[in-house]
Amino acid sequence: MSKILEKELFSKNVAKFIIDAPSIAKSRKPGHFVIIRLGEKGERIPLTIAGSDVEKGTITLVVQKVGVTSAKLLSMEAGDEIRDVVGPLGEATHIEKVGTVLCAGGGVGVAPLLPIIEGFKKAGNRVITVLAARTKDLIILEDQVREFSDEVIVMTDDGSSGKKGLVTAGMEEVINREKVDLSVVIGPAIMMKFAALTTKKYNIKTYASLNTIMVDGTGMCGACRITVGGKTKFVCVDGPEFDAHQVDFDQMLTRLGAYKDEELKAYERYMETVQNA
Amino acid sequence: MENIIDYLKAERSQEWRAELRKSMKAKERTSAKRAEMPEEDPNYRNTNTVEVNKGLTEKQAFAEAKRCLDCPDPTCIQGCPVGINIPKFIKRIDQGNVLEAAKVLKETNGLPAVCGRVCPQEKQCEASCFYTIKMGATPVAIGFLERFAADYERNSGKMAVPEISENNGIKVAVVGSGPAGLAASGDLAKYGYDVTVFEALHEIGGVLKYGIPEFRLPNEVVDVEINNLRKMGVKFVPNFIVGKTASFDDLKEQGFQAFFVGSGAGLPRFMNIPGENYNGIFSSNEYLTRVNLMNAAKEEFDTPVISGKNVAVIGGGNTAMDSVRVAKRLGAERAMIIYRRSEEEMPARVEEVKHAKEEGIEFMNLHNPLEYYADDKGRVKSVKIQKMELGEPDASGRRRPIPIEGSEFIIDVDTVVVSVGVSPNPLIPKSLSQLKVTDWGTIVVDPNTMQSSMPELFAGGDIVRGGATVILAMGDGRKAAAGIHKYLSEKVKA
Ligand SMILES: Cc1cc2nc3c(=O)[nH]c(=O)nc-3n(C[C@H](O)[C@H](O)[C@H](O)COP(=O)(O)OP(=O)(O)OC[C@H]3O[C@@H](n4cnc5c(N)ncnc54)[C@H](O)[C@@H]3O)c2cc1C
Ligand code: FES
Repeated sequence: MSKILEKELFSKNVAKFIIDAPSIAKSRKPGHFVIIRLGEKGERIPLTIAGSDVEKGTITLVVQKVGVTSAKLLSMEAGDEIRDVVGPLGEATHIEKVGTVLCAGGGVGVAPLLPIIEGFKKAGNRVITVLAARTKDLIILEDQVREFSDEVIVMTDDGSSGKKGLVTAGMEEVINREKVDLSVVIGPAIMMKFAALTTKKYNIKTYASLNTIMVDGTGMCGACRITVGGKTKFVCVDGPEFDAHQVDFDQMLTRLGAYKDEELKAYERYMETVQNA
Repeated sequence: MENIIDYLKAERSQEWRAELRKSMKAKERTSAKRAEMPEEDPNYRNTNTVEVNKGLTEKQAFAEAKRCLDCPDPTCIQGCPVGINIPKFIKRIDQGNVLEAAKVLKETNGLPAVCGRVCPQEKQCEASCFYTIKMGATPVAIGFLERFAADYERNSGKMAVPEISENNGIKVAVVGSGPAGLAASGDLAKYGYDVTVFEALHEIGGVLKYGIPEFRLPNEVVDVEINNLRKMGVKFVPNFIVGKTASFDDLKEQGFQAFFVGSGAGLPRFMNIPGENYNGIFSSNEYLTRVNLMNAAKEEFDTPVISGKNVAVIGGGNTAMDSVRVAKRLGAERAMIIYRRSEEEMPARVEEVKHAKEEGIEFMNLHNPLEYYADDKGRVKSVKIQKMELGEPDASGRRRPIPIEGSEFIIDVDTVVVSVGVSPNPLIPKSLSQLKVTDWGTIVVDPNTMQSSMPELFAGGDIVRGGATVILAMGDGRKAAAGIHKYLSEKVKA
């Protein structure tokens, strides 16, 4: 059991949770994730760790409502307990001094990106971050990102904050202006696909952090598998970060939809119980 | 060896056994027919999770126990990987003292109710039974009797919690809660150690929980054993991945002085053929985990599983049989095994193959998949398979399957479960660069003590053997516990 110590709503569908998990707080590094299960009947879902406080023994998770489990989690409050939290899982981000790093975060992808931004900054890199979302309300953690970025470019689809346009426009603006040595992109699969196509054009090494469907998170089941460079990889143990130019994003998009019908049914059932309650 | 033989002789010459032997003529014993396991009706059981084997009745068990001749040279014991004193426990049943029989089993086997259900007896004890090797007759049903004694004890409410030595305060960590870890922790507790079992998943039991389905091994049977270990003082910590949540060094800092690693062979293999990553294609581990561990088939649980109409399971081991029988139970109209050799070479327990056939599973032996095709949503819709024939024996001693050119054809499938073996879980070796492993990723140990290249670390079960069996994993766990005890006793003295 892990207690929720704090909850902060970023928007109607996105919230930040501070969770009591001392061992994980101590062992985690940027790039790591946890698997959680809310209750006896819950499913196991992966969530990237957005930060930790070793002294207080806490980790930070940022969650967007997408299905049953995230909806249930969003309805939980400080003081509630999460039945299972296991981690840290995956390989940590390889952080070193490379020069200029272009980070791009879409939607809640900004949360897992934050510790990476911080890591690269502290390793002595120039860090430029592009934050992208559909609209102003969905831009999260902007202040924290600014703290560790030399420059921040905000892009919204509707122009309600920053510039109007897609994440790739923001990235190209930087690439056309100065030399970029490395790029890290985290967000929805479709956003990562196009971000990777953009940096590929300019031959910039790029990492993407993949958020596939998972069950155990320890390499035991293969639910998370994906093709990278023509080979099957398990995201939970070989990743979650991969060379974005080698990732088969179309396959990833298809695999993410594997349970669309089942998920929809489960979500409708859940909403019924909420409404009836 | 001498000692064991003398010991068995002394046991055999005890009065009660001598008398039992005299009480019935050998002819009379051998003329009785082997007991048949009462089973649930195939057409009923293939729609639910009730246990297939119902267990022998008392009458059947007592009659079966009489068949055992209590041979002077009990070859059956040599066939048992943990050397259970088989004639002794069977004769206790024969005598009507079933609780005592259960005790005999527990002298060498911590989980008799499990092993009685899942051991490949036909390749082990029963293959070495006097009836099999000398008379060419059906062997004594040792496995059925083992299960009978263990179940009898469990249902009697008089389950004995083994005696344990006084707590010596020395902390030992067990990594993984499968049969290897459970067996090791039981023995370590008996020696008096302060034992903590760390488990990566949220459930305790390893493959016994997430792999082997309820209809073959009810969870309740495993839970009783785990609770017994708890009563012996063993602590269980779920959701804790050694090497990730905390390192071995962290645990040493917390006072753990020795480690037993029973982390299993968790990594599923795929065939790397085109289309294998389409939706609807699972590893057997994923398929079984969703259903067994996550209860995906029940509506009130959140985990989804795809229940296909045409399900193909690739492989011929226990895992393949379990997967295909689960598919049938989830409502598949056609549930089939595609296996590249013939039934004779199948590694699965004979009983599972028999049960699968009774339940309406189709067998496409001597066939091998080549490629999968998907619909426009990326869901598998068919598979191209090729016919095979058997050639010369290969390194495994089994005849090698050879493809027949031009024999390819396509069948419709909407769900595929790939069950072609597992590799050792790489998590632990990855986190310990100084640990010696083989090219296959199994941990190298001294076969007598199970000690690895790191003196304080012992290992056993599938992480040492690759995919093996429950009983071998347990045997390793017990051997390692003895090895750890020796290691720590010497260390304390020094
Ligand atoms: C579907 C299926 C059916 C089978 N049927 C039979 C059968 O009928 N008869 C038979 O004899 N054998 C059968 N087997 C094989 C048998 O189950 C295994 O040989 C046996 O379980 C191995 O035991 P183990 O303790 O080594 O590992 P496992 O049972 O695999 O347990 C290992 C445990 O360690 C945990 N773990 C791994 N790494 C870590 C870590 N770093 N920290 C903490 N925990 C960790 C894992 O989560 C797992 O729970 C079957 C296997 C499967 C998959
Ligand atoms: S989530 Fe099961 S192997 Fe990655």
